[in-house]
Amino acid sequence: MRKLFVVVLCVGLLLSGVASAQETIRIGANLEMTGAVAAYGQMIWEGINLIREIVGDTVLGKKVELVLVDNKSDKVEAANATTRLIDKENVVAIIGPAISGSMLAAGPICEEKQIPIISATATNPLVTQGKKFVFRACFLDPYQAAAAAQFAREDLKAETAAILSDIAQDYCVALGNFFKEEFEKRGGKVIVEQHCKTGDQDFSAQLTTIINANPDLLYVPNYYTEIALICRQARDLGYEGIILSADGADAPELFSVGGDAVEGLYHTAIWDATKGLNDIGQKYIDRYKEKFGKDPNMFGALGADAYLILINAIERAGSTDPVRIREAIEDTENLDVVTGKVTIENGDALKPVVVRKVEGGKFVFVKTVTVE
Amino acid sequence: MSWVTFFQQLMNGISVGSLYALLAIGYTLVYGILGLINFAHSDVFMLGTYFAFFMMVIFLLPWWLSVLIGVALCAVVGMSIERVAYRPLRNAPRISALITAVGVSFFIENLGLVTVGARPKGFPRPDLMKNVYVLLGARIQGVTFWVPVISILILFVLFYIVYRTKIGIAMRAVSRDMETTRLMGVDVDRIILYTFALGSALAGIGGVLWACKYPQINPLMGVFPGWKAFTAAVVGGIGNVVGAMLGGFIIGLAEILIVAFFPGLTGYRDAFVFTILIVFLLVRPGGLMGEAVREKV
Repeated sequence: MRKLFVVVLCVGLLLSGVASAQETIRIGANLEMTGAVAAYGQMIWEGINLIREIVGDTVLGKKVELVLVDNKSDKVEAANATTRLIDKENVVAIIGPAISGSMLAAGPICEEKQIPIISATATNPLVTQGKKFVFRACFLDPYQAAAAAQFAREDLKAETAAILSDIAQDYCVALGNFFKEEFEKRGGKVIVEQHCKTGDQDFSAQLTTIINANPDLLYVPNYYTEIALICRQARDLGYEGIILSADGADAPELFSVGGDAVEGLYHTAIWDATKGLNDIGQKYIDRYKEKFGKDPNMFGALGADAYLILINAIERAGSTDPVRIREAIEDTENLDVVTGKVTIENGDALKPVVVRKVEGGKFVFVKTVTVE
Repeated sequence: MSWVTFFQQLMNGISVGSLYALLAIGYTLVYGILGLINFAHSDVFMLGTYFAFFMMVIFLLPWWLSVLIGVALCAVVGMSIERVAYRPLRNAPRISALITAVGVSFFIENLGLVTVGARPKGFPRPDLMKNVYVLLGARIQGVTFWVPVISILILFVLFYIVYRTKIGIAMRAVSRDMETTRLMGVDVDRIILYTFALGSALAGIGGVLWACKYPQINPLMGVFPGWKAFTAAVVGGIGNVVGAMLGGFIIGLAEILIVAFFPGLTGYRDAFVFTILIVFLLVRPGGLMGEAVREKV
């Protein structure tokens, strides 16, 4: 009996040894390594490799081999790279381009050939819309605005709100609209909505109208320059309520232009690089600082997330069949990744939104919000 | 709308209008003498803020000295533009000079983008400018009191130069008839150089005051204020200094009050300003004071 056991064990070891030696799991990386947005692709690649150093590079007992193809920040190249990864390199899944335009070019090919693809940072809603094999590791603007509205109602206890959004930016308009929808759904009221335009420097008329309506909270989902000037002028005009903004606020210029007027400003962010939300997040931050000697960036963190989501899905699928991997990705629920706990729904990532506040000329972590 | 709110909006309008007025004077001065719309004016305005900014941040000079040097450098830049870009075209058709002016404007903007970058910088302001005062319930920034005072001072200085000095007599002569003036032995090129120095120094002052109100400077910051000040100059009657000031206040008040009375139309704020320009060009091309006052500076 014991002899038999040893034999079985030996055979098992032998087989697994043979398997791992001969068979690796190939995952494609279709990234912007050169061209206009090379910085994004390189940061994502950096993040993927860093997380492999932390969690190891094997799944299902097999070694994961990454096949990197540079898409040169170009849509056509991104499509070609996708075809090459699938037909020639025989990958079972792909980590896709950083930007929406290239992801929109790569998506339909993966859809047709039934190979799952996941982008770290492509935010255009069309990227995943109506597609089964296309995913992303970041959340979308509606989700961020909903989180902001929930934070405004539940934590800041705001009853009334005003919105001052930039009509020249789709991003700002979308955030403003989704914030209003969610804020009113939660029993609050948006009492005044005003607009400005990128490059505007004077907001006094809009702000006077807003102050006259006396809202508890002012939502300014714009970019940092406008946010800084709006805060400045709002405070000069005597506004004392809360100001809440979105991830567009995250730039050093917010402080150099806004000065003491941005003190107390809240904003929603994708990630806070100073504080890990979980064990793996903290490990990533520590490892990154140790290796590169600076604070980690959002792109790398989301790249690491994309990799973790894929590896976890392959593990749960228990197979390298792309169709089964796809199903497993779609079933991802509360998976611990670098930027928090992620759940995948209709191809998009749902994860906690970070809220930060300006204190003493820098952003300070307040809490995370998960939309309920 | 309550009275306090209305008064606040009125003050907002006067505040932004007085800045347009100051800029419009510069446009109108050069036009009155040369018949040229100096589109580079708004870019000299931008350069003024950067010169002052770098004096403060790099050379750590006091605020007032940085501003003085900035304004002086603007005058030098204005003269250089005249010498390099406009003088060779003195006898060319007007349209050539106009297109060159647009070219110079783009050149300066893009030079700025390449050298200092597009990311905005915060402009340091003295307390005198940034403190907020409460007047009849309206909150007004210090700079809002200073701009009209400075504008009127400038107006007096301009009138003095134009009507009481030899250079002023020559300027008026050039504006009437350049060729005859030249025949009278006046160095016309030098007079034009002085005119540009004066106009560009005004742009520099305008830029610094603008940055005191909106403490964010970037290479394209002059574009929209420039267009609006130009509109103000046309509405007031281009070539007329008092008209330019009046036009500035009208444009400033118009764009604030449309938002105040029709909050739903905030997106059309700029469109409204340029509609005023079109209406004036159609109905009264000479502007408000273009016909009433014949005498041009």
